[in-house]
Amino acid sequence: MSITEILFWLLSALSLISAILVISSRHPVYSVLWLIVTFFTISGHYILLNAQFLAVVNVIVYAGAIMVLFLFVIMLMNLNKDTEPQKSRWLKMAGAVAGGSLLLIMVAALRTTEKQMTEMGSGDIGLIENLGKVLFTDYVVPFEIASILFLSAMIGAVVIGKRDDYASAVPKEEIEEMKANREAMGIPGA
Amino acid sequence: MPIENYIFLSIALFAIGVTGVLTRRNVIIIFMCIELMLNSVNLLLVAFSKMHYLANSATNPAAGTEAQLFVFFIMVVAAAEVCVGLAIIVMLFRNTHSVDVNFLSRLKH
Repeated sequence: MSITEILFWLLSALSLISAILVISSRHPVYSVLWLIVTFFTISGHYILLNAQFLAVVNVIVYAGAIMVLFLFVIMLMNLNKDTEPQKSRWLKMAGAVAGGSLLLIMVAALRTTEKQMTEMGSGDIGLIENLGKVLFTDYVVPFEIASILFLSAMIGAVVIGKRDDYASAVPKEEIEEMKANREAMGIPGA
Repeated sequence: MPIENYIFLSIALFAIGVTGVLTRRNVIIIFMCIELMLNSVNLLLVAFSKMHYLANSATNPAAGTEAQLFVFFIMVVAAAEVCVGLAIIVMLFRNTHSVDVNFLSRLKH
């Protein structure tokens, strides 16, 4: 058994265990932390496949940015074990049976696939140089469209997250007081 | 490494994600399980790209590059999706003071 195989099985076991812990831990913050572990193991798989660019992007974008966003939202909402909504035991069991059936059916369907090998630890298609060349020649239009997508997503998030019920959030007297102040100072449109 | 190992690993991760969506009620955990499913698919795409490279690298030295770029674009779209999704979840929490998805069933009325 070569070192690559040992690493593959180790990373696979680690990613499956941490993925199971994501859905089974009661505390939402622990779920986020286990999901970060899962993403790091998936990055390890990318490195084993010599897709180094994707490994780095996975760590930066997923384990870095997205998971920090999740952690930030969970801490903002002050969620903990006590506020965690729970399904009844029967519904949980039904969900587990449904997920297990999906696993079983997919494994049974793909059990007799053609025997093919993947290349491990060599081949330079996953390096930044090659991917960058293809990205900025053949795929430059999708790349630019992605920037527009980001811009619209950012605007969308700001518009959705904006507090539009300003009047109900601020006490009535305070608004009257602000209006009176503005009138006293002669600011129009108060 | 045979491609089957990667197929089965991805299927297992995907099934864990589906199980999480079906068994949890916290909307943030459900969203995280969707991210887990996206990542399992990404892993499978990268494994297939290397399989394609091994089979076709003699004729085309850049075989399989497209799949890795596809994974890159999936990550880009996932980042945008998380941005909007978390904004919606914060909005939901502000209106209902809960992260329980069962609250959303009243949307049909």
